[in-house]
This record gives sequence, structure tokens and C-alpha cells, in this order.
Amino acid sequence: MVRMRSSIYILVSAVVLFLALPSSSNAQCKNFAKKICRLELSPYVHDGNYNAAILTEGEDAELFKTFYAGQQYRISVCGSETLSKIEFIVMDVDRKVLYTNAKNNFATSWDFKVENTQQLIILVKVPVTSGKNEELKSGCVAIMFGLKTD
Amino acid sequence: MHKGSKKILLLSAMAVMTVLVISCKCNRESEQMLQVSGEQGAADSALVSSIESVKQIFYSLPSPLETAMILKRSGATYNEELLNPIENASKYNTTKSMALNLGIYSTDLSYASLFDQTQATIKYMTVSKKMAEGLGILNAIDNSVIEKLEENINNRDVILETISETFLNTNSILEEDDRVAVGSIILVGGWIEGLYIATSLVEDINKVDNEMVDRIIDQKLSLQTVLKLLEQSNSNADVRELYSDMLELEKVYNDVKITVSDVKVIQDGKTKVATLKSKNVTTLSPEAFKRLKTKVIELRKKYTA
Repeated sequence: MVRMRSSIYILVSAVVLFLALPSSSNAQCKNFAKKICRLELSPYVHDGNYNAAILTEGEDAELFKTFYAGQQYRISVCGSETLSKIEFIVMDVDRKVLYTNAKNNFATSWDFKVENTQQLIILVKVPVTSGKNEELKSGCVAIMFGLKTD
Repeated sequence: MHKGSKKILLLSAMAVMTVLVISCKCNRESEQMLQVSGEQGAADSALVSSIESVKQIFYSLPSPLETAMILKRSGATYNEELLNPIENASKYNTTKSMALNLGIYSTDLSYASLFDQTQATIKYMTVSKKMAEGLGILNAIDNSVIEKLEENINNRDVILETISETFLNTNSILEEDDRVAVGSIILVGGWIEGLYIATSLVEDINKVDNEMVDRIIDQKLSLQTVLKLLEQSNSNADVRELYSDMLELEKVYNDVKITVSDVKVIQDGKTKVATLKSKNVTTLSPEAFKRLKTKVIELRKKYTA
């Protein structure tokens, strides 16, 4: 009876642990974005939006945003230590590449302004750096925007 | 007997885990399907196949802080009468009304802060805190935030940083708690408030040749993001209602024309700031502006009632 009860505990714990895992990863991602990535925007003020996700090597994420004439922006893309380099590409709505950090030594930020308001797409790629027999690495990737104040 | 029941329990655990894994995967796939179907306007099949391989898609709306900055840069003046009175807060008891008005009050507090209206900023931060608490986002805005604002009434940089941090807290807590729909409603509330302030500050577009009108026109582009953002949470009834309102706004915005072409990047080696140059053609007739302004007032009245 006691053994039966302990087995039930194991089952319940396993399920709870499984359900708690994504939440724990999200919490880590939140702290990473707040404590590390946000600082990279300075002296620009972070716009306050949260765009972060756990990505695995080989995975991509895209962000669609309208950028306004007259406002100067800093895009900052940062990945947790487990991921080596994060590539980010800025494209117009026709997917014409306007900027890629791969040609700029994988810089983690880019400062720009738009002469006319327009939508842009930010494509973020996590390159595969793990060897064939290694497990693919996962980590938090955050895309953050800074606004230049007067 | 014990060995047998242990085996059964172990197998059950594995079965439960498998079901959970499959259900999680299916959810993600259905989300992706929704996102892909949202891209139907794009004829380019390469584009569609590229989107299919993307793990996560973000639709980022201007935050209340960015909205307020755009307003100020466009020559807006400060008019406290345009803000949603804090006394209205007691009327908001549903998740939808609290979320919408957390967004609305957040834009109001950002607008007040950029015009150095410190008392109004503190007042609107306090009421935002009340809305956030009502939504169960208890740690997003605590008393230390209000104290920090009070201690830095003459330091705009600290005030803006503090406001930005509270928005990040709110958004990230909601994301962490899997309440993305509520986060989207907050953002849409904040965006509508910005549009309401902007359109209220323009009486007659024939009499003004100002950036404010251009920025109002530009919101047609952000409206597309609003719709995509809401589509991501269309299983939520509150979001569906809001989506239907936004479709009505889209009908009015159909009279506004924007074309952007020939986007080029000019890199300034000295400042290290790039400029994206493009050809933009926009049109907005006085009649279309009137219809737009009427619609925005109607929606804002509905949300703050």
C-alpha cells in the first residue's frame, strides 16, 4: 500500500514537473531579457514590449513591426550563453534584405531611423554550431527595441 | 503485485507524458497554420514556405511609450481633458475592460510623462497599478515604482526607464502565465488611446499641414499588425469581440491609401545610424478623416464606458 502510494507520488511529480518545465524556461527567458538584453539598449529607452522565446539551433523567429518616421530606433537581438551567435536580418515587406548582422561581425544591435513610416520584418536565426553527434542547444532569444529620446 | 502495479503506473506515466507531448506539438502546429493562413495576401509562395519554417512569429505593436513619443514628435500639445479620467477605474470589473483600460491608462501616463506632467504621471501609474492588480498581475507595478516616480519628479530619464520597466514586467508576466490574449488586449487599448489623442488634436486636416496627420495615416500599417496579433488569440471571446471592432476600423481605413517603394539604406559612417529612405505616397481626404475620427471616438467611448 505504501509502495503503491509512493508510486502515485512519482507519477504525479513527473506530470507536475513536465507541466512546470515550459513555465520555468519562460521565467528564465523573462529574467534574461530584463537583466541582460535590456541593458544593451542603453542609452536608448526600451519600448517596454516583450518579444522573447526559447529557440533551438536551426530554428528561426520573425517579428513584424511598423517603424515611424522621425523616431530613431535601436534593434537589439540577444541570445543566452548556451547559443553562440544569433543572426538577425532586417527586411522590407517584400522581404528585400536591408541589413544583416552576419556582414557586421554578428553585431547584437543596429541603430536606424526611417525617412517614411514603414513596416519591417526582423528575421532571427539560430545557426547550428553543435557537432553531428552532439545534442542541439536551446536558449532564450530576445528581440528588443530602444527608442531615442530627445 | 507491487512490481505489476509499479509497471502499470510507469506505463501510465509514459502514456500521459506522450499525450501531453503530442497535444503540445499539435497546439503549436495549429498556431502555425493560423499564422500561415494569415499571410494569404502574400502571393509569393517562397514567402509562405519560409514562414512555415519559422518557429515563432511576433506581431509587435507600438507600445504606449512609443505611441506617446510619436505623438510628441508630431507636434502634439498636452491636453489633460483628453485622458480617461481616473475616476472611471471603478467601473472596470471585467478582464476585457481592465485590460483595455490598462492599455489606455498606460498611454495616458506615457503621454503625461513626456510633457513633464509628473503629478498626472503618478496619478495614472497608480490607476494602472489598480488595473494590473485587478488582472492578477500583482508584481508588475509595486509601491516602489510609485515611490521611484515621486523621488524623481525632475528626472525624465528615470521616469521613462521606470515606465518602460513596468510595461516589460506586465508583458513578460502575462507571457509567462500563458495569458497572451490579455497582453494583446492591453496593447490594442493603448494603441487606440494614441489614435484617439492624435485624431482629437486635429480639427480639420485642410487647416493643418502637420506630421500628426501623417502619423494618423501611418496607423493603417499598425492596424494590420493589430489584426494579426489578435488572430493569434482568436480562441478567446474577448479578443474576437475586439477583432470585430478592428475590422470595422479597417473598413474606414480602406479609404486611406499608403504605398511604400524603393527602400534603400544609407549608412552614416560618422553617427553609425542608418537611414532607410523610401518613396511613400499617402492619401487621406477630409471626408475620410472625419469618418475615421468618428469611428475612433466611438470605439474609445465604448472601451472607457
